[in-house]
Amino acid sequence: MQGGFGHFTRRPFRLGGPIMKVNRREFLKVGMAAGSAAFIGLPARARAEADVAGAEESSVLVDTTLCIGCRACEAACSEANALPAPSPGEPVFDAQRTTSMDAFTVVNRFEKGADHSEVRYVKTQCMHCVAPACASACPNRALDKKRNGPVTYDAGRCMGCRYCMVACPFQIPKYSYNELAPRVRKCTFCAPRQARGLAPACATVCPSGALTFGKRAQLLDAANLRIYQNPNTYVHHVYGEREAGGTNWLYISDVPFEKLAMKVGVLETPYPDLVKGALGAPPFVMTLWPPLLMGLYAFSRQRSGEEERPSGTGEEKP
Amino acid sequence: MSDATQRALPEASWFRRKFLLGMTAKEYLRSLFTPVNAVAALVVAVGLPLIVYRFAFGLAASTNLSQTSPWGLWIGFDMMTGIVLAAGGFTIGATVELFGMKEYEAIERPAILTGFLGYVIAIVGLLVDLGRPWNIFFVTFTNGTASVLFEIAWCVMCYTTVLLLEFTIPFFEWLGLRNLERVMRKALLALTVLSVMFSTMHQSALGGLFMLMPGRLHPLWYSPYIFILFFVSAIIAGISTVIVETSISHKVFAPQFRGSSAADVDKLTIGLGKAGAIVLFAYFFLKLQAVTDMHAWGYVRSGWGAWWLVEMLGFVLLPSLLYAYGARNRKVKVVRAASVVAVLGIVLNRLNVSIIAFNWNQPKPYVPKWMELWITLTLLTIGVLAFRWIVNRMPVLHESPA
Repeated sequence: MQGGFGHFTRRPFRLGGPIMKVNRREFLKVGMAAGSAAFIGLPARARAEADVAGAEESSVLVDTTLCIGCRACEAACSEANALPAPSPGEPVFDAQRTTSMDAFTVVNRFEKGADHSEVRYVKTQCMHCVAPACASACPNRALDKKRNGPVTYDAGRCMGCRYCMVACPFQIPKYSYNELAPRVRKCTFCAPRQARGLAPACATVCPSGALTFGKRAQLLDAANLRIYQNPNTYVHHVYGEREAGGTNWLYISDVPFEKLAMKVGVLETPYPDLVKGALGAPPFVMTLWPPLLMGLYAFSRQRSGEEERPSGTGEEKP
Repeated sequence: MSDATQRALPEASWFRRKFLLGMTAKEYLRSLFTPVNAVAALVVAVGLPLIVYRFAFGLAASTNLSQTSPWGLWIGFDMMTGIVLAAGGFTIGATVELFGMKEYEAIERPAILTGFLGYVIAIVGLLVDLGRPWNIFFVTFTNGTASVLFEIAWCVMCYTTVLLLEFTIPFFEWLGLRNLERVMRKALLALTVLSVMFSTMHQSALGGLFMLMPGRLHPLWYSPYIFILFFVSAIIAGISTVIVETSISHKVFAPQFRGSSAADVDKLTIGLGKAGAIVLFAYFFLKLQAVTDMHAWGYVRSGWGAWWLVEMLGFVLLPSLLYAYGARNRKVKVVRAASVVAVLGIVLNRLNVSIIAFNWNQPKPYVPKWMELWITLTLLTIGVLAFRWIVNRMPVLHESPA
């Protein structure tokens, strides 16, 4: 079960939607798989949608076994976000890249085995957590989690404290230090396109079927179905199902995720929950401290008896 | 700035008395030519243009901040360390006003003044660091209640105001505005309660910031209870900085201490040392407990563990024992030495949490650019100069004339 988090509450499951990519037939298969998995106790993670955090939020499933490394997603991303075009050609794969202020998504290449015969490509971008650490860290709500999934950024509200950058467990937000009015730079999940009922640019152009856009609950089922149907191919884990309390970008792979430089050791707790203890304190401090301190004051005055303070301090006993 | 009681006096004389320490303008200017002032002037003369440079050419040109280390010296030292070292204001305020230990009244005003100046410097440092400081007021208008930083912003704002109000007492006294002074004296008790309340919240919340980053801060320093560690260490910092400051002030501003003799100051120092020993000892065990809680003892054998031991043994346990020894055997010099080690220990802890151990698993270590260091030094220098300027004029160190 995922804990609720402030304004990111769970919403009831509803089928359909204008941008759903998983069809009803696949969905039924998923349901059957989930049911039988539960019955025979397989570790398949498909659960009733009501239990899935952010079930109705838009998501993308990345099947790394299908990615051909064409980097069309990078080009489409740059175009959609008015960024400089990514450098073309193979040599970019020679070094591992991270997202940057000019590239909200990058594809990296990894050797599948030790023999260099097969490679895998992995696309990196903001994971769009269901309960994002960055948005919870932002005191100005410049980073905001939208109800339909994207974590968006509004430079007009940002004061540039960069707490989001250090808070993100995936180290995704980047900063344009070179600008005089610097901005936090990261994948927008094409929130403007989604508002118009379109899929994100990257998912639209992907020619190999590596990226599937849909609702989070359904994509989780689809991911689990692929793992269930090809148990010898896939690692039995959907990266992003539980990481950081659940992310809207989900990954499945036939290579252990740490080999693909995916962050392991990310907590399964929703990150905003980590500070609940500290944020719960102020109401108690504000209500308990003044009477407690005044009590101490009364006690200390009692103890000092009739002792008068030096004149001129204005604190004499009445 | 004139007042009914002062109006009878000739204008120049009042100005000279209040601002020029009784000297003529020529004499006053001549008195400013000292080696210390020359160094300070050099620091500020380079530093102020550097601040302009920072805003004219941006953070990339003036800092070594990077995508993997977005927090540098201005957050780690100016903000994190500056705020904790200014904790003396509420610590001593509570001691005198709430716990009724009137003997500490002599050091209450300097502690409040240091607190106020410390907070102002920290806020200026923050404004230099922020990428878009003009948007800072969104903090107050936005209900960003899921953020610890929201709490800190509000508390620092409120507490700085409280410190300013507390300081109006010597300020009005200086100007001879007796009525206003009397009103503020009546409010002092309430202000002290507020100062303890706001300090409890933001001193601990500065640690609370890091609760969101278990993957980033080294496990020997990370703790789900780090906000308690920060609050307890703020009390240590409050006590220790007051001892350091009192001993320096007593040497530098000796003529100012009209009412209190050296023997009085020694007695207060030993009393503070006793408190310091106890709180530091408790802090030592709290920190041990935090490591146990994180199951992080394995890290003690690593290089980072050695560094952690340096902080724990050299800058927490050692000053605690020194304080205890000094206070027990009435050795003021030992207590003063302990206070210096304790202050350095708090600085080290804040730098570890926000910069050094904070970047332990990052590809590149962060080393500040010289401009970052110089701007920090400039702000510190301005703070010290402001302290000296005020102390030389207003009734801060000496007892209020009855």
